[in-house]
Amino acid sequence: MNVLEFTFLVWAGSLVAGFLGSLTGLGGGVVLVPLLTVFFHVDLRYAIGASLVSVIATSSGSAAAYVKEGFSNIRIGMFLEIATTIGALFGAYLTAKVPANAIAIIFAIVLLYSAYVSRRTRPRTDVEQPPDPQATKLKMNGSFPDTSGVRHYNVYHVPAGFGVMWIAGALSGLLGIGSGALKVVAMDQAMKIPFKVSTTTSNFMIGVTAAASAGVYLSRGYIDPSLAMPVMIGVLIGSLMGTKVLVKTQTKSLRLVFSVVIVLLGLEMMLKGLTGGLK
Amino acid sequence: MTMKPLNDERVEGLIANLLRAGVLISALVVIGGAVPYLAESPRAHVDYRTFHSEPDNLKSVAGIIHTALSGDPRGIMQLGLLLLIATPIARVMFSAVAFAMEGDLMYVGFTLIVLAVLLYSLFGSFLIA
Repeated sequence: MNVLEFTFLVWAGSLVAGFLGSLTGLGGGVVLVPLLTVFFHVDLRYAIGASLVSVIATSSGSAAAYVKEGFSNIRIGMFLEIATTIGALFGAYLTAKVPANAIAIIFAIVLLYSAYVSRRTRPRTDVEQPPDPQATKLKMNGSFPDTSGVRHYNVYHVPAGFGVMWIAGALSGLLGIGSGALKVVAMDQAMKIPFKVSTTTSNFMIGVTAAASAGVYLSRGYIDPSLAMPVMIGVLIGSLMGTKVLVKTQTKSLRLVFSVVIVLLGLEMMLKGLTGGLK
Repeated sequence: MTMKPLNDERVEGLIANLLRAGVLISALVVIGGAVPYLAESPRAHVDYRTFHSEPDNLKSVAGIIHTALSGDPRGIMQLGLLLLIATPIARVMFSAVAFAMEGDLMYVGFTLIVLAVLLYSLFGSFLIA
């Protein structure tokens, strides 16, 4: 392939990934690395470098929209970013130490897990509990606009959430993804933060987490401008299109299709990792 | 003081605009490098199969700025990507100032820890890389 063909095809593929990622709420980053490595035969390190850059673009772009709506909790986000950024730095450091095949297998597991999380219906038992003293001390309890006025919520299990966030950061740094699914699990499941607040705060945090490993990637030479350019522009346009259509479409069947795609990519990555297809 | 009080809502609005501006500016710079890059040698062969790291002038903040200013298309694209990486860092700096103006010293502390990690990654990570 020549420069023009390659750039155009990568741009088009990234646009579709960004579009479906934002439409389904699963994020485009998670399919980008398999797309680049499996279909475009890009080396894993260049692929995660380009993916990570696009993650910063979509997170910052969409966070701008969410922050204004008043759902994201900036204090929770900032406190947990201590965990995600330190984790991300550690993950990025590991990328040079862990063999590519092992990274591919870990990636496959994360892909399959995020497909599973997106299919699962979440039973939530919201029983009123007294406020958690740690969360209160950290001024994390908040409120958000609801159909019936302002809804207040309390935050629980801060250390558990902090721990899961560290893992989410490490995976983000190791794999060049946003780890949005795991961040939501930490806040929604562990810390009992309302789902809407969890997803928007997670989105808000993804950019900062990714920036922590991007510096390491940059100094290692993982970020190639000629590859990252079409990926970033494609994902950005795709995800902006996704947020515009989001309100109008029925996303249920689309989520299913995208989950199937993720599972197939996960299995392909797993196979590549196990058979030593990556260097 | 004629300035509006810096409440949470106003801070959130400012953060949203900062993020939007950062992404827009970096995308424009990346496109500004992409046009001459694609025009330069559109028929050249590409191969990303093997990793051979980027040249030194595209790996450090100082090197990227220098290369971009010399008009090199790949340098300009890399500068756009660097601006994109800097956007969340600017957001964290802004948060530190906002928390300080609210008098929330505990959160100023937390924000500065995050900022230190980010700046270390961008400027000091070659020590471990």
